[in-house]
Amino acid sequence: MAALTREESAALIAEVLEIYPEKAKKDRAKHLMINDTSLETSKKCITSNRKSLPGVMTMRGCAYAGSKGVVWGPIKDIISISHGPVGCGQYARAGRRNYYVGTTGVDAFCELNITSDFQERDIVFGGDKKLAKLIEEIEILFPLNKGISVQSECPIGLIGDDIEAVSKKAAAQIGKPVIPVRCEGFRGVSQSLGHHIANDSVRDWILSNRDGQAFETTPYDVAILGDYNIGGDAWASRILLEEMGLRVVAQWSGDGTLAEMENTPKVKLNLLHCYRSMNYISRHMEEKYGIPWMEYNFFGPTKIKESLRKIASFFDDKIKEGAERVIEKYTPMMDAVIAKYKPRLEGKKVMLYVGGLRPRHVVGAYEDLGMEVVGTGYEFAHNDDYDRTIKEMGDATLIYDDVTGYEFEEFVKACKPDLIGSGIKEKYVFHKMGIPFRQLHSWDYSGPYHGCDGFAIFAKDMDLTLNNPCWNMMKAPWDKAPVEAEQKAA
Amino acid sequence: MAKLRQCAIYGKGGIGKSTTTQNLVAALAESGKKVMIVGCDPKADSTRLILHSKAQTTVMHLAAEAGSVEDLELEDVLSVGFGGVKCVESGGPEPGVGCAGRGVITAINFLEEEGAYDEDLDFVFYDVLGDVVCGGFAMPIRENKAQEIYIVCSGEMMAMYAANNIAKGIVKYANSGGVRLAGLICNSRNTDREDELIMALASRLGTTMIHFVPRHNVVQHAEIRRMTCVEYDPTHKQSDEYRALANKIVNNTNFVIPTPVEMEELEELLMEFGILEAEDESIVGKTAAELAA
Repeated sequence: MAALTREESAALIAEVLEIYPEKAKKDRAKHLMINDTSLETSKKCITSNRKSLPGVMTMRGCAYAGSKGVVWGPIKDIISISHGPVGCGQYARAGRRNYYVGTTGVDAFCELNITSDFQERDIVFGGDKKLAKLIEEIEILFPLNKGISVQSECPIGLIGDDIEAVSKKAAAQIGKPVIPVRCEGFRGVSQSLGHHIANDSVRDWILSNRDGQAFETTPYDVAILGDYNIGGDAWASRILLEEMGLRVVAQWSGDGTLAEMENTPKVKLNLLHCYRSMNYISRHMEEKYGIPWMEYNFFGPTKIKESLRKIASFFDDKIKEGAERVIEKYTPMMDAVIAKYKPRLEGKKVMLYVGGLRPRHVVGAYEDLGMEVVGTGYEFAHNDDYDRTIKEMGDATLIYDDVTGYEFEEFVKACKPDLIGSGIKEKYVFHKMGIPFRQLHSWDYSGPYHGCDGFAIFAKDMDLTLNNPCWNMMKAPWDKAPVEAEQKAA
Repeated sequence: MAKLRQCAIYGKGGIGKSTTTQNLVAALAESGKKVMIVGCDPKADSTRLILHSKAQTTVMHLAAEAGSVEDLELEDVLSVGFGGVKCVESGGPEPGVGCAGRGVITAINFLEEEGAYDEDLDFVFYDVLGDVVCGGFAMPIRENKAQEIYIVCSGEMMAMYAANNIAKGIVKYANSGGVRLAGLICNSRNTDREDELIMALASRLGTTMIHFVPRHNVVQHAEIRRMTCVEYDPTHKQSDEYRALANKIVNNTNFVIPTPVEMEELEELLMEFGILEAEDESIVGKTAAELAA
């Protein structure tokens, strides 16, 4: 059951679009759809990965955010330089809560902001010399780093600095990989291109580093791709995979290391969680090394069970039995979580607007708790994401691409969800509207949400938010109807 | 006291902008005007004839040494040369690195903030890099900067193409700010009917040829000595030409929004003066071997 009927949804979209000028209306109409589960592809009903319109409020990030913030940043033993003015690195520092084991500043570096801090003279005279010096200094200050990546901010592309030449020279000097990444923020329409550029640079500078070298393999080697260990997500996932008998050789890139990434071409199967940000490298490994890859979903018991069995189907009976054993072990725990929280959450409606994989992947977890997602959308999806979303969402639900601040508010007013899951930029708008809200980028400083351990936390967090008594106190006492006040007094 | 007039000199690379500007400024100084030259070219050769130096230390180089441009004082970058002419070079990177345009922007902002455009000045001349390749080199003609633009050209085809392109650039800024085309300065290359040709071009662009500067070796002789002709040999008739140019600029009131011409019209003009042959469509895209066959 959607919040609205198909006709009501169509009328809502038409009404919301009415405020736009003709050209914007025509453009935005293509990014909004009413789900039809009978469809095979999304191509005819939604347009995605297009430039945002000037004048609307978009929640999107930039290519630098996609490369430094998402893909490269969480690799714990590589130092990613924010190359350019200081702001990009500083305001993006540690924001995604990619957990890691290690001693920050000694053998792990994710939380540091290492930047070339461009000044006027670096723009005018070029920053190549400064970059070379910075790499030298990094080697002295942080000798345990395993490699350095150079994440280009906008000015690097504008002034045409030759970071490739500097990186090549520096790599030879320090005997470690130095990877130039051309992820200038002005490239592309969103962070999505940054993921692609980052994947390509991993492919070109890291992936084949250990080709031909000996590596002790087992028949059960897998790699986790597209898990950024936000609040410990990858750890909660890894437990399940290891318990079923698999050997997790690498985590990309949350709590990941350079060595793990270099060894990934030796695995038997790549397990892809965030399709959007790491499908490129998965496809490349399939082509070059013949490694199959599969998408899985570790949000909520239903999807976890489904995924564990799907993963096991790539292996022998030992693993298949292992999967069943894991499912059997955790089912009582999952059932207990559902028994506790479902009565408190049942029938509640949710609207989502996130990025990557979550707009479709968390739907199952909400459904396990008896909740329903009545609207969802992506900041930077492509149509292959929407193809996958159609099947996860209920019929006649709203799907919105690169939704504008105005549209989202209007949709929320009409659909009246009990909970919204989105990002920090949306949070306070909806709080002020009196609607319970969870940040689904950073798990609102909680997590993990992946795996069985994660589901318990997910359920508890949703309950804490939704059933928080504060939502009944949104009205000031003097604004309440006198009758109501009298009743209370009586 | 008369209002400060800010002028920018543009023109194709190598046409003689810096030489013409410095001789013109020397003539103005000689007549008692207070003038400043702001070189807007990373090569920094806009003030050498006034200062008798190889190249003046530039704003950007000093800023790079000091740490940032905020660490500089006006007197660090300002030199005074022949006739009390104040000289500043914006400077910039060596070719192939960094952003020279940003250097021009930074330097001009610095001069404004530090009050280099003081009330005693009569004229400021910006000597700008040949090609306006990016926004930085258009900085001198943005609002509240140069209001008058002089284009140095000659009767050569590419110099006239360049003049027309510069006129196009002026139109853009003329509509948003107050910048106007003030005339063409013909720096003669001794081509046939050069003066008539430039006058014809000027009238198409809606302006005039403000002066025809004949070619003379004495200019080169002076340059070898890192001097302007006006200083090196004040009695020479070439110096009088620069004085005449200076005088015309002082009295110039003909400031227009230019009317740049289409490529076809320009080519017609060039054909009229025998500089360009009529185009033979049958040979377009044919190799030498094909034509021989």
